[in-house]
Amino acid sequence: MAFDIKGVLSPFAALKQGTKPPHTVRYPKEKKETAARYRGFHFNDLEECIGCGTCATICQNAAIDMIHVDGYETNSGDSGLRPRVDNGRCCWCALCVDVCPTGSLNLTKDYVYVSEDPNTFLWMPGVDNPEGKNNLSFQSAEGKPLLEYNRIPMRELEGSERVKSFAEVMLGYNEEEARKEAARCVGCSICTDICPVHMHIPEYINAIANGDDEAAVKIIYDNNPLGETCGKVCTRRCETVCAIGHRGEPIAIRWLKGYATDTAKNADIIEGIVNPEILPPNGHSVGIIGAGPSGLTAAYYLSLRGFNVTIYESKDHAGGMIMYGIPKYRLPLDSIDKQVEYMQKMGVKIEFNTKVGKDITFNELKQKHEAVMIGIGFEIPYQLGLVNEDAEGSIQAVNFLREINKGKHVEIGDKVVVIGGGNVAIDAARVSRRLGAEVTILYRRRVEDMPADWEEIEGAEDEGVTIHPQAIPLEIIIDENGKTKAIKYANAEMVPDPKGGRPRPKIIEGDEHVLEVTSVIGAIGQSADYSFIPENIKEQIKIERGRIVVNENQQTDLPWLFACGDIANRRADAISAIADGYRAVKGIEKLILNL
Amino acid sequence: MREKETTLYLGPQHPGITGNIMVKLKVAGDTVVKAETHVGYLHRAFEKLMEQRTWIQCFPIVCRICVPEPDPNEENLARAIEEIEVREVPERAKYIRVMVLELARLATYGLWMGGQSGSMGLYTMPQWTVGDRDYIIDLFEELTGGRIYHMYIWAGGVRRDLPEGFTDRVLKVLDYLESRLPDYDNLLFNNAMFRKRAEGVGIIPKDKALEWGVVGPPLRGCGIKHDVRIDEPYEIYDKLDFEIPTAEGCDVWSRALVRRQEYEQSISIIRQVIDKMPGGDYYNKIPNPLTWKVPPGEAYVKTESARGEFGYYAVSDGSDKPRRIHVRGPAYVHGVSLLEKILVGANVADVSFIMNSLGTCPPEIER
Repeated sequence: MAFDIKGVLSPFAALKQGTKPPHTVRYPKEKKETAARYRGFHFNDLEECIGCGTCATICQNAAIDMIHVDGYETNSGDSGLRPRVDNGRCCWCALCVDVCPTGSLNLTKDYVYVSEDPNTFLWMPGVDNPEGKNNLSFQSAEGKPLLEYNRIPMRELEGSERVKSFAEVMLGYNEEEARKEAARCVGCSICTDICPVHMHIPEYINAIANGDDEAAVKIIYDNNPLGETCGKVCTRRCETVCAIGHRGEPIAIRWLKGYATDTAKNADIIEGIVNPEILPPNGHSVGIIGAGPSGLTAAYYLSLRGFNVTIYESKDHAGGMIMYGIPKYRLPLDSIDKQVEYMQKMGVKIEFNTKVGKDITFNELKQKHEAVMIGIGFEIPYQLGLVNEDAEGSIQAVNFLREINKGKHVEIGDKVVVIGGGNVAIDAARVSRRLGAEVTILYRRRVEDMPADWEEIEGAEDEGVTIHPQAIPLEIIIDENGKTKAIKYANAEMVPDPKGGRPRPKIIEGDEHVLEVTSVIGAIGQSADYSFIPENIKEQIKIERGRIVVNENQQTDLPWLFACGDIANRRADAISAIADGYRAVKGIEKLILNL
Repeated sequence: MREKETTLYLGPQHPGITGNIMVKLKVAGDTVVKAETHVGYLHRAFEKLMEQRTWIQCFPIVCRICVPEPDPNEENLARAIEEIEVREVPERAKYIRVMVLELARLATYGLWMGGQSGSMGLYTMPQWTVGDRDYIIDLFEELTGGRIYHMYIWAGGVRRDLPEGFTDRVLKVLDYLESRLPDYDNLLFNNAMFRKRAEGVGIIPKDKALEWGVVGPPLRGCGIKHDVRIDEPYEIYDKLDFEIPTAEGCDVWSRALVRRQEYEQSISIIRQVIDKMPGGDYYNKIPNPLTWKVPPGEAYVKTESARGEFGYYAVSDGSDKPRRIHVRGPAYVHGVSLLEKILVGANVADVSFIMNSLGTCPPEIER
């Protein structure tokens, strides 16, 4: 190669750089501006965080663990735990941020953390760096959510179609829909804590997502023999705390349970799938009054444990309020029959048409069995306290629903007003629509105060039920034949409660109206009929505000006597009754077997 | 008189070594008689780790397979999954991906210029190129949230959309980098000393290059036109206008010339990408990452990284974790077998120099 004079001289051009100012950042005199989405250190908003642990689940370095923080207790919808990050393991991929269902976990703009103490690299975001709140950078809200926030919609009959019959309104998920919906779950178990029965929700949802419906059914039956009922009508507090529900629509836990249990088409199939272990008879006998959800649950699990269980049911069908109180468009008769038949196959004996106090005395029962459980529910409706309440055409919702569910005809005419705002009121209204009546609900407070399930309220509105909130009934007006002709009511305004409770309705003077009706249906609550219990027994147990006082195992002050369901808890729903029944099993085992 | 043979150990910790690898040299005088590469100093079992991670958890792992240029790893894993899943990727995401990959190539060539110069004692060059590379790293920080490990390209698209005004800032950086090229030329590529050191050194015989599995700039430096971007275009490379530069010398000098031309070409590619960047979606969401199952299947995908053809072979058995992910990086060939061959007969002072010209990346060997 010839001598390359140009090549020898050209590097000297670099010297001119010596006269130029440097273009690097003069740290620390100058600080580099951090990019708006820089992935720095973790900050957790402790109030927003529910301790679901999804961040810990997705962390591929196992850098996050969930630990208790003072001031945050385990309660409804909060595990009481908060993430702790080991910055020695963290790789700042921020998957934890993108997956956080509440959006509480974010990253800050901090570039470095320096300490000589190795123990300080393990810290709790939000607890140990509260100042991080003002320094946020990488946030999940900016990107697309990693989780699926939209629920797979449940197909249902059109409102106009529904009112034509008592066909089931909810059509149920098909297989594809169920798999998709189940796959949204993060498996955090926050729902399990709030479920009165503590059903294994993430486990059965995971089984559904994995295409193993039989496993799902088996898991459901582990602590709830009325899973199919719950899959249709549960009050589903689980969904109110669902982690996904914080920024999206909660997982349809109820419908998924309904899907799984629906796949077992009859009692034999349930038996084949669940195939529970049944202990040999242990020679002990338990009597249960009432074949409602709590009685059936206790009877089922006691039977599996070798007890000789007999349920005494005053009616000719098992199910209690789920049989006679819930309209068939929500819970079809064959569904209840299937579940009860399965329990009977597992050894549960039910004596139908046997009313305790009439067909058999309470004392006889006590002598026959080592333990007695009462689960009679609330069947006696509260009176409205209105003038002419006893008139023809003024009926009670529970009686009305019971007669309809028995298949009988009830004459309500074509213009019905229902008084109340709970699920029973909505049920009565929707059933009346199906009987062809125009229906108005009068409720004392606002719509948002109604204790009924919002989906039920929406369902009623879809079907053409008029809801008139802040309306207080004053009087039932009768015609010359003593038949209900109209109802007089007054509009109310909401005033703050001086005791700090929820606002109360106050009648607006002079704002009174008369609504012409053919029937008035009262649905303002029920109570229990304890007349079958002998006085000497009543004296030995506590009954407060209409409910029997029990301990954590549903045991009354009389060790052999247990009480479950509406008569023992204030929730007044099926799942709480099932939970009571499940607890009573433990109490009875403890009492009789000393377990 | 025959000179006595001595054993020298270059690395695993040595300024002339890229990453941690050890080359055991038998030298006679200052001529290498035999070279043996020893790896194992960086082994982190990436492939095995991934078999125990869910699919989404593999993304933070793969970017660590190559520090200077993590993006082809993300790109490969994403494309492999997309191929098995038959998942559509939005057009915009494809453009963004190409922009990221080419920015990564620029950043990597910046580092290479520094390493190549440093290994022959020209220390001004690394000061410049590493400083200039920082502008690209700043862009990555703004776009992805990470300066080095981006975790940005993932199955279904990219993780975040472009920030407002981002492409303008990219163009500004490109203008700056382009304006620096005359300086680079003056100091390195037109430098007679570099040319004298590089020409005829580290020769890969052209007839052996393909047989030995050489890829990327070393292969193109042997005059063989091979570039995955053109031979088997992925993403939107088929919509872009660019050539494959080659050089005929088969030596360090030719490899340098190829990279120098590619540097300009990448700038042009990014400008074209920005020019054609479509609007619309940037990410076709995967299912819940915690329960995400990739259907059974397998895929082999490859990307043209700065060091050459970079392949991933992914196998799914239908579960939520990969059954197997095999990483076939160019450094395995270049840094282990090829290096051992072409070091024989080289001058001891050229060992690091030759190694740098191959773009050896030990973490990629020991994945």
